[in-house]
Amino acid sequence: MSDTRARVLRTLRNPKLVNGIGLGLVALVGVWLVVNFVKGPQEFVNVALDGLTRGSIYGVALGYTLVYGILQLINFAHGDVFSLSGLVASTMLLSVLGLTGSSSNLAVIGGIVITLAITIPLFAVVNATIERVAYRPLRHAPRLTPLITAVGMSFIVSNISLALYGVDFESGSELIPQGAAFSIGEINVTWKLVFALAIITPALVALSWFVGYTRQGKAMRAVSQDTEASAMMGINVNRTISVTFFIAGSLAAVAGLVFLLEYNLRYDTGFELGLIAFTAAVLGGIGNLAGAVLGALLIGFVQSFNEGLTWFAPGGDWTRSIVFGILIAVLVFRPQGLLGEQTPEGA
Amino acid sequence: MSSLASRAKDLRSSPNKWVAPAVILLGLLYPFLEEPLSTLPLIGDFMPSTGTVVVMIAFTMMAVGLNIVVGYCGLLDLGYVAFYAVGAYTAGWLASQHFEQVTFHFGSSVDNDQVGIHVTMWIVLIAAGLLTMLAGIVIGLPTLRLRGDYLAIVTLGFGEIIPQVVRNGDSFGGFNLTNGTFGIAPIDSVGFPVLSSIAFFPENFQTSDNRERWYYLIAFLLLLFTIFCSVRLRDSRLGRAWIAIREDETAAAAMGVPLMKTKTWAYALGAFFGGVAGAYYASFKSGAFPADFYFNISVFLLCMVILGGMGSIWGVTVGGMILAYLNFSGLSTIGSKIQDAGLNFDPTKYQFGIYGIIIVLMMLFRPTGLIPERRHKVEFEEGVHDTPFYDVQTEGSLTDRDRGND
Repeated sequence: MSDTRARVLRTLRNPKLVNGIGLGLVALVGVWLVVNFVKGPQEFVNVALDGLTRGSIYGVALGYTLVYGILQLINFAHGDVFSLSGLVASTMLLSVLGLTGSSSNLAVIGGIVITLAITIPLFAVVNATIERVAYRPLRHAPRLTPLITAVGMSFIVSNISLALYGVDFESGSELIPQGAAFSIGEINVTWKLVFALAIITPALVALSWFVGYTRQGKAMRAVSQDTEASAMMGINVNRTISVTFFIAGSLAAVAGLVFLLEYNLRYDTGFELGLIAFTAAVLGGIGNLAGAVLGALLIGFVQSFNEGLTWFAPGGDWTRSIVFGILIAVLVFRPQGLLGEQTPEGA
Repeated sequence: MSSLASRAKDLRSSPNKWVAPAVILLGLLYPFLEEPLSTLPLIGDFMPSTGTVVVMIAFTMMAVGLNIVVGYCGLLDLGYVAFYAVGAYTAGWLASQHFEQVTFHFGSSVDNDQVGIHVTMWIVLIAAGLLTMLAGIVIGLPTLRLRGDYLAIVTLGFGEIIPQVVRNGDSFGGFNLTNGTFGIAPIDSVGFPVLSSIAFFPENFQTSDNRERWYYLIAFLLLLFTIFCSVRLRDSRLGRAWIAIREDETAAAAMGVPLMKTKTWAYALGAFFGGVAGAYYASFKSGAFPADFYFNISVFLLCMVILGGMGSIWGVTVGGMILAYLNFSGLSTIGSKIQDAGLNFDPTKYQFGIYGIIIVLMMLFRPTGLIPERRHKVEFEEGVHDTPFYDVQTEGSLTDRDRGND
């Protein structure tokens, strides 16, 4: 009896079988995409471009990956810092700078630059403060402690947003031109996409330069590989962690502004978005910067395909289930993520 | 440094033997004390109604169940609300008019001509517990191999998926499983269909004169039962294995504790009580609605466990009652007092911010909780060896010995 059981269990844990199931699932998705493409190629590409827009915003996943890489902590508060930054950006753009839908493009671009110049440092400091106040004292506590604290911080930050901005949605989508920037046949490249890429790409380039080529970036990579060894080599670990949160906060501020321009957000938007972004980070291989970008784009595509395609697409009601289903599937079939084989600090 | 034997004695909890009976007696009498208490000056307004206490108890039961997972076994579960949902919907399936296609009655107090499945709530409570247990195993099996923080995020994922499935479940290939956003209502009442013909027991709590008192009584007994099971589990072989895993997974595995099996049991048994509480609460408010199951509930329950003290049953019970009181009655009372004083501040709006502050402050300044479990306190003071057993980045468990044989 127990012999049969052991044999069944061994079969179930056979890596070939597990990989086979995983590949089978991927193949099914592939077939689904191909059929959808054949049924309506133009529509398919448009949906894909929408996915690209979304995916670029999920670059906020980088904030999770950076922090996880260095502290092995899921910073739940990250998503809420993101939505608070978006709300502050809405105040800046719409109230302080007084931009409206009829403002000239130049004014809007200037406004975006000024807003970023304020929100990036502001939320870098906010994020570093959260680390200083809530996570640093727990550096040597059992590992669940900082994680639980992060959940608590997430609620505190989202309630600060609630206290400051109430329950209404804020949106800056009127500021950027609607419709297509240019079209190739029936395929429309929207202004949304142009703006998203124009803001996110430089941020990503700056980030990978920072992590890859500066002294502080090297320190970050060293600490994420081995905290104790890097401390022995004379790296100031606490300062390096602060810098990491600083950078994660600035990325959140960038993503918050982009999200505000493309969609609308309120105090609790960040939480769910944060979870999706975290999924993206896990999908790509958490701790791996290139992986986070790849994961973000894939999740963006998944979401848009799910909501935009017509043949056997579950639709928006199921987005959350699908994204978390992917998360669970990744953790079961490939826990190190898509690009996880590289060194964890990546870049 | 004290000897090992005396330290082991220290670790055993020995509360004052009069406290528990006194609290139980007071608890049993509360429905009768409520009226005189609420006329007291100053504190009278803050007394929760009997009906509110029923809800408080239901959530405290869930917290005690969650304590098995988080407190004993050290597995952070951020999706406990899923178990609540499964329990509530089991009650909806087995004791309401939801499945109009069939008419099945078993010991229920509703009229015999009503369509749908109507099983007596006593069996439904057990069925809900068992089904939730099954859900716990299904969620646990693929995920319990993962490290603590990955497990947290996966449970969180399940906690988000199940409510969405429930909300969208009004047409699975045309089959209406959950009735979508409208939820399932009304759900049958708890009652004593057989005993009612003999003595003064009501056949149906919902329609009886003392609805809230009867619901209170049974809820109180269920809570006592949960606490009893929880104590017995903690002291059992399984419970000691859980605590060993919490303290040091690698050492526990080396001592022959089968990790997967033990963790799965923690999940299943923790879920059981969540399911029972969910079903009972659904019967009390006579409905299961998808809007009830959102992530904040999971955090709310976690906050109860943390406030009371992870692993400490009495702590979690007290912490649960305090927070549930604040959530369902206290905060709004305090809010109206503040409004009366002329200030425009509504604490109920910021309830989750308040829980967040409680979580962070407790973690920073008193991580062992209000009533610490002694062993857990020692863990915090002396530290534990905390190497993860399964490391995702290097892909593989540190030992492979439990792969083949559990």
